[in-house]
Amino acid sequence: MNKTMSLEISLEALIAGDRAEFARLVDAYSSPIYRLGLRMLGTPQDAEDVLQNTFLNVWMHLSTFEGRSSLSTWIYRIAANEALMLIRKKKPEINLDDSQAGDNDEDLLPTQFVDWSALPENVLLSSESQKYLDSAIQTLPESMRIVFVLRDVEGLSIKETADALNLTETNVKTRLLRARMFLREQLSTYYGERITREE
Amino acid sequence: MTDHAHTNCEELLFSLSAYIDGELNPELCQELEKHLVGCDNCRVVLNTTKRTIDLVHAPIEKLDVPEDVRERLFKRLNLDDYLNHQP
Repeated sequence: MNKTMSLEISLEALIAGDRAEFARLVDAYSSPIYRLGLRMLGTPQDAEDVLQNTFLNVWMHLSTFEGRSSLSTWIYRIAANEALMLIRKKKPEINLDDSQAGDNDEDLLPTQFVDWSALPENVLLSSESQKYLDSAIQTLPESMRIVFVLRDVEGLSIKETADALNLTETNVKTRLLRARMFLREQLSTYYGERITREE
Repeated sequence: MTDHAHTNCEELLFSLSAYIDGELNPELCQELEKHLVGCDNCRVVLNTTKRTIDLVHAPIEKLDVPEDVRERLFKRLNLDDYLNHQP
């Protein structure tokens, strides 16, 4: 998890309305929440909206925070809701419920078996590759993408991801597997073409 | 599975994610590892899935909230007084 997560934040001070402590909390979490917004919505403007709305809500509801989950998980939950609400607003046709997560096991099965894992870092991390990866992440269904972002991008545990999204751990694992397999297929096609071109 | 004829490849595929996360129970873990020794395709799927996760992690870890975005956020939250307290 991000290094800022290890900062000691006083919950008592926050609940008492300590603005300096709130500023520390904002600084500790603004980068991961901004990244979440960027990965979910795809544009800096939308990421900024997610960021601002998240902390406005955090401040507004701090007094009702019951500590049933960690403060970190609670903030991620608010941010995930903000991101999903904004997606709904922008694309009302999108269905974010479970059925959208892809129930068909056929979709999971790998079809690409090119081993590109040993390609040099400069190829794997080139700006063109990164752009491709970013756009592949954007094509994940939202209900899978949010799980993938929390778990694999931000490094939350399965349990924390499940708590933040009000999902069962089994559901998180299923969506995560599908997201990982989907992205692996996309990258295999992309890097496979590059390997073939060089041969 | 296309070109992937071992009977338990599909079954083990469902365990791959948990294996990468170190959350697979020891028995299944052993079964998967035994299978991987003899199955090139599953080994490729494992290696490239791990690499996919690494690649997602690599660039974004460096991405902090831009300074102008932080400034607007602090102003929106009426935290202007704390803007100069750098994280």
